[in-house]
Amino acid sequence: MHGTRILDEADRLMTVCNSCRYCEGLCAVFPAMEMRRAFSDGDLNYLANLCHSCGACYVDCQFSPPHEFNVNVPKTLAVARAESYATYAWPQALSGAFARNGLVIAIIAALSMAAFILGFLALNDARGLFGVRTGPGAFYKLMPHNAMAALFGAAFLYAILALVMSVRAFWRDIGPPIDGRADGGSIFQAIRDAGELRYLHGGGVGCYNEDDKPTDRRKLFHHLTFYGFLLCFAATSVATLYHYLLGREAPYPWWDLPVVLGTLGGIGLIVGSIGLFVAKMRRDPALLDENSYGMDVGFIAMLLLTGFTGILLLILRETAAMGPLLALHLGAVFALFITMPYGKFVHGIYRFVALVRYAQERRTAA
Amino acid sequence: MSPTSSHRADGMSSKYDVLVIGGGNAALCAAISARRGGASVLVLEGAPKFYRGGNTRHTRNMRCAHDAATEILTGPYTEDEFWEDLLRVTGGQTDEVLARHMIRESKDILNWIVEQGVRWQPSLGGTLSLGRTNSFFLGGGRAMLNALYLTAERLGVDVEYDAEVTDLVIEDGMFLAARLKRPINGETEIRAISLVAAAGGFEANIEWLKQYWGEAADNFLIRGTPYNRGSILKMLLDKGVQEVGDPTQCHAVAIDARAPKFDGGIITRHDSVVFGIVVNKHAQRFYDEGEDIWPKRYAIWGRLVAAQPDQIAYIIFDSTVVTSFMPTLFPPIAGQTVAELARKLELDPAALEKTVTEFNAAVLSGTFDHTILDDCRTEGITPPKTHWARKIETPPYLAYPVRPGITFTYLGTRVNKEARMLMADGKPSGNMFAAGEIMAGNVLGKGYAAGMGMTIGSVFGRIAGREAAKHARN
Repeated sequence: MHGTRILDEADRLMTVCNSCRYCEGLCAVFPAMEMRRAFSDGDLNYLANLCHSCGACYVDCQFSPPHEFNVNVPKTLAVARAESYATYAWPQALSGAFARNGLVIAIIAALSMAAFILGFLALNDARGLFGVRTGPGAFYKLMPHNAMAALFGAAFLYAILALVMSVRAFWRDIGPPIDGRADGGSIFQAIRDAGELRYLHGGGVGCYNEDDKPTDRRKLFHHLTFYGFLLCFAATSVATLYHYLLGREAPYPWWDLPVVLGTLGGIGLIVGSIGLFVAKMRRDPALLDENSYGMDVGFIAMLLLTGFTGILLLILRETAAMGPLLALHLGAVFALFITMPYGKFVHGIYRFVALVRYAQERRTAA
Repeated sequence: MSPTSSHRADGMSSKYDVLVIGGGNAALCAAISARRGGASVLVLEGAPKFYRGGNTRHTRNMRCAHDAATEILTGPYTEDEFWEDLLRVTGGQTDEVLARHMIRESKDILNWIVEQGVRWQPSLGGTLSLGRTNSFFLGGGRAMLNALYLTAERLGVDVEYDAEVTDLVIEDGMFLAARLKRPINGETEIRAISLVAAAGGFEANIEWLKQYWGEAADNFLIRGTPYNRGSILKMLLDKGVQEVGDPTQCHAVAIDARAPKFDGGIITRHDSVVFGIVVNKHAQRFYDEGEDIWPKRYAIWGRLVAAQPDQIAYIIFDSTVVTSFMPTLFPPIAGQTVAELARKLELDPAALEKTVTEFNAAVLSGTFDHTILDDCRTEGITPPKTHWARKIETPPYLAYPVRPGITFTYLGTRVNKEARMLMADGKPSGNMFAAGEIMAGNVLGKGYAAGMGMTIGSVFGRIAGREAAKHARN
């Protein structure tokens, strides 16, 4: 028996599925399952994070409810996956953040935005929070660039440290790699699989969300969100290089690279996260892990808030609204950074690591 | 095309060009084929939506002839080879004209079924021996069925679930109407120009099975849904359609005795026979466990167990072979000694010890290879184990209790190459067609080769739909 009820249930289902195997062509979970005859906690957490929740195995299963075997792999693995985030959280003292994640994220976001507004009120040049500022260095009259870089750099580094420590625990728990370390080929394969969401496709026909028809568009919305996020990150990175290498200070004109990247990314974040939110609202309750609702929606809301305040800031940066919007945008981004290791953001990290392990197992088995 | 007179929900009689009774592979292939032939089509599925499709839900592949390897098939499987396989498994109890026609048509089904939305995949893990002959459904039989339903609905086929047909009005070999009991709107009558009966066998009707098997049928487990009661088959036979097939013949395999009475599906099967011995409730062996390789041996053990007292048997093996076969749903029952195992199985410990000891003493040494008919065999015991015989001597000793698991019955309605039912006097019916398990006995007199049931369903379903639509148009 396992440590938790959900892992016991996941074990029961994998035993059922391993004696059936009809779904082995649908995704990575079932081929990975077939390489095992018994399942440790780590194995089940690995399989749970390998699952992309496309829903196909539920719709295709002859033993899904109301059948007495009650096989519901997507939901069971969704619950196990959410619990695994708390299991591997670093430091463990903060794992409780996953229990009421929506509330935690909301409070931190609110506090963070409030702190930036208060900070801007307390520390700025004579024009006040609502002063109109334009031209190079306009933002830094509200908050000096070095202070901004130091604060966000520290938050980002902490997030990275916490994520690395969490992933280390996960990687150890899913057992020793079959043939040693993660090799470059497996990592490259996992980057491709994650980048194209290879396993969010229902085995080729499409994914299921609200009913038994493969009409789901989550893959598209996830691409918009994920690549939107990357573009925003790229925008910030380019701007940082401009600042330190070229001595060019933000704000930049609309046609300049950081603004173009940030605008496209922001639109992606807004459209993608709204699409994902609508899909979440419509999801068949049979497939939904209700307990993770707060975490899922909290993360979507943070991405939406980041994209939305960023775009608004771009549009209104030459008006009196620039000060408050900058405070809100920075507050949202700061909250996003420091909650990264303690929210839905980690799904991408664990899933990527699971894909690396899967690629590795496939290469070894081949 | 909508029904030529109204309507489904008002309880009034309605008229369609083609009425399809049943909801599995054969029924849906018939419905799609009739609809594509220009007919208005109603499908009446007796089961609720989740259980739609009868045995198709539990299937995973189809055997089709093909002259060359494909993306998912490893090599050619010619019409002649298919015919020889069929001849061998049925011991010649088949209708050659019909069977050869089916085999020829099966070649085109490989593509046609994909056009209806079904996706193929290479043979599943553990089934490599079928990789050349059988095409597997991506996601299994329910995925296949879902695809067919989506296509049928998109084409405008009407489908009703929980639709229990209580009577058929048939005059002079002509179908006139079906009486239908709906859960909400009560009794109604559906008229149609043509009928396709694709409602399966009678394997879930234990009372009917008892007519041929006696009380033994109480110990049978039914691998598919409880809705395969054969009521349509019975009505047709009672109303003058010619019967075909031996009523005791069926597809039956040995499945775990702990499986549910109905709908345990594929996951309750055992394929460990070859790795040990099989004893009955008196702890006696009764058949050569090493007779033939999988999957040829797979379909004989159901009948063998059915012939044993209380219809129960036990596959006995030891700890050295537990990883030699697929993981099982139910764990093996274990004992540190043969006697302890026997007590857990409620067998006579002394008898089981004697059987195992005698078996071990009879095992000759050889080179074990479960993929071929190897040279590991016994000498001096009856029955012998002619291949893969190895001593059972490494504790813990393990066992699976098994019972006959009935997949589907072969008794059916006789049809011709047009899938048209023949009446008792030998004349073809004017407007009644049959497809799938309800007419499988035309091709399968006895025995089975993996994937044949789906071939019969798709091939004759497609033909029946086409012919039914043709009749409706004229």
